[in-house]
Amino acid sequence: MTLLLLADHDGHTLSDATARAVSAARDMGGALHLLVAGENVEPVAKAAADLSDVDKVLMADDPALAHMLAEPVAELLVGLSADYTAVIAPATSIGKDILPRVAARCDVMQVSDITRVIAQDTFERPIYAGNAIETVQSTDRLKVVTIRSSAFDAAPPGNASAPIARVSLPAGAWKARFESEELTKSERPELTSARIVISGGRGLGSAQAFQTVLAPLAECLHAAIGASRAAVDAGYAPNDLQVGQTGKIVAPELYIAIGISGAIQHLAGMKDAKVIVAINKDADAPIFQVADFGLVGDLFTLVPELVHALG
Amino acid sequence: MKKILVPIKMVLDANMRPRVKADGTGIDLSGMKLSINPFCEIAVEEAVRLKEKGLAEQVVAISIGPAKAQDSLRQALAMGADSARLIETDGPIEPLAVAKLIRMVVDEEKPELVILGKQAVDDDCNQTGQMLAALLDWPQATFASALRVEGTVVHVTREVDGGHQTLSLPLPAVVTTDLRLNEPRHCSLPNIMKARKKALDVTPVAACGVDTVPRLKVLGVKPPEPRKAGRRVADVSELVGDLRAAGAI
Ligand SMILES: Cc1cc2nc3c(=O)[nH]c(=O)nc-3n(C[C@H](O)[C@H](O)[C@H](O)COP(=O)(O)OP(=O)(O)OC[C@H]3O[C@@H](n4cnc5c(N)ncnc54)[C@H](O)[C@@H]3O)c2cc1C
Ligand SMILES: Nc1ncnc2c1ncn2[C@@H]1O[C@H](COP(=O)(O)O)[C@@H](O)[C@H]1O
Repeated sequence: MTLLLLADHDGHTLSDATARAVSAARDMGGALHLLVAGENVEPVAKAAADLSDVDKVLMADDPALAHMLAEPVAELLVGLSADYTAVIAPATSIGKDILPRVAARCDVMQVSDITRVIAQDTFERPIYAGNAIETVQSTDRLKVVTIRSSAFDAAPPGNASAPIARVSLPAGAWKARFESEELTKSERPELTSARIVISGGRGLGSAQAFQTVLAPLAECLHAAIGASRAAVDAGYAPNDLQVGQTGKIVAPELYIAIGISGAIQHLAGMKDAKVIVAINKDADAPIFQVADFGLVGDLFTLVPELVHALG
Repeated sequence: MKKILVPIKMVLDANMRPRVKADGTGIDLSGMKLSINPFCEIAVEEAVRLKEKGLAEQVVAISIGPAKAQDSLRQALAMGADSARLIETDGPIEPLAVAKLIRMVVDEEKPELVILGKQAVDDDCNQTGQMLAALLDWPQATFASALRVEGTVVHVTREVDGGHQTLSLPLPAVVTTDLRLNEPRHCSLPNIMKARKKALDVTPVAACGVDTVPRLKVLGVKPPEPRKAGRRVADVSELVGDLRAAGAI
């Protein structure tokens, strides 16, 4: 049995989510091929070939794949799928966009967002915003699976590079067209792979407070910044920082929730952090039920104090 | 355009805490409040706004589910949908089967645009819209935070991992909604009354001739591992001491 994993990347760098999905693939067993699709993606393919447990890299280099839009990438995967027992991808915005399209074209059900591999065909996955864990077995001949990155460790670099083979995109009339993108620029560690995440909620009260109150703390801890939905909706933070059921799922060593009440949809995105700290002025806020260390008080005095204490 | 189709799912209300059944077979929904999935509500709102702007003539809501899902369809009608259809099922149904049933309805209703939620907050699958687009061989734009119709093209801004991306799709197309696309309206009493008179057509799933046999076997459902109880710290210096002791910083 051989697995095909769709690599996630931004055109230049292989994402950490891909290395984590390689670990999930290793748990499924069998040989592993990585598909790197894009335009001028040779450096990405080389990085993929250097991961441990990767047996072969397929590289599809085509202008039509430049933005990894669903139609061409799905067709490419459908064309390759006959040679594989499973097609998998990290549950990033790219993986979530593309894989169900592959599943439907192959007439199989996808298993979304797995957090554990029990057997080649059996997986655990959270449902109801992580309030329950379902164990499901796929009866389809081809398994189509997306991987929740936060549940798996990143595969380390391997000892030897895997071979890279070129594959070509079948001709097709792709209908969706790329118009533009605005990507958030940040010097901070990436949210889903950071060791420490500092998140702000509605309690911050303004976009400015994210800069003047949260940023210095993130700075001194070399942490990524996250946000609750309420903070994003209010325009305090960009959408790609939302942590939760419908945002990013994080499992850092340390998560500090500041001015966040702890709605179940928010907890769904962070409750697997190793250590959770909550700073909130409401002693009854539900966030304290999951916090290892709770500090009750006004964030506008406590956070600067914390920055000072960390020196 | 002539018609927008909006598939909606009835789910456990997002404010309710799900209880895992003692026998580990699923979630106990008895006596719990069921509502329209929040992302589907956003989809209905968007379709109704397009109609109000004169960009669409008709909005049709469809649900696949138990008889009770008519409540969610009535809500869609009260929000401004013109008519509704229920394909009645009694067991759980998977996204692949739902997508096949919606494809059947698309063949009958011939909408130019289908707007779905990005995710149902019970199964958290995030699959149905993409599957439908594949089955119809239509273009898709998932996780929409802005949508603009211009003639026979729809421009969609999507929430992606690094920020935003904008695509243009020729109609017919499939779009799935993200949270920030709009804020759904509250239904006024007169509109709720009017909705009772709108057409709601019910078809049993058996009459559809679509294979809905589940492909995934649910072997068990369990609550997540509980977290160890934490504790309150008196002040910042105690917190820093504890974090150092725990090796967290
Ligand atoms: C379908 C759906 C999906 C959702 N997905 C997500 C998701 O992915 N992520 C997410 O986060 N939410 C999500 N939500 C929203 C979620 O239900 C909550 O509304 C949201 O998490 C609340 O954000 P908050 O905690 O910042 O705001 P609030 O609940 O308003 O809490 C603000 C907190 O700040 C505290 N505070 C205020 N001022 C101070 C101060 N000066 N000092 C200290 N503390 C202070 C208050 O005591 C309060 O606890 C979703 C909801 C739905 C329906
Ligand atoms: N049973 C259903 N009836 C109607 N629409 C559905 C149903 N299940 C899913 N959908 C649609 O597909 C979206 C995504 O659902 P899912 O793929 O299950 O996460 C939902 O927001 C709905 O718009």
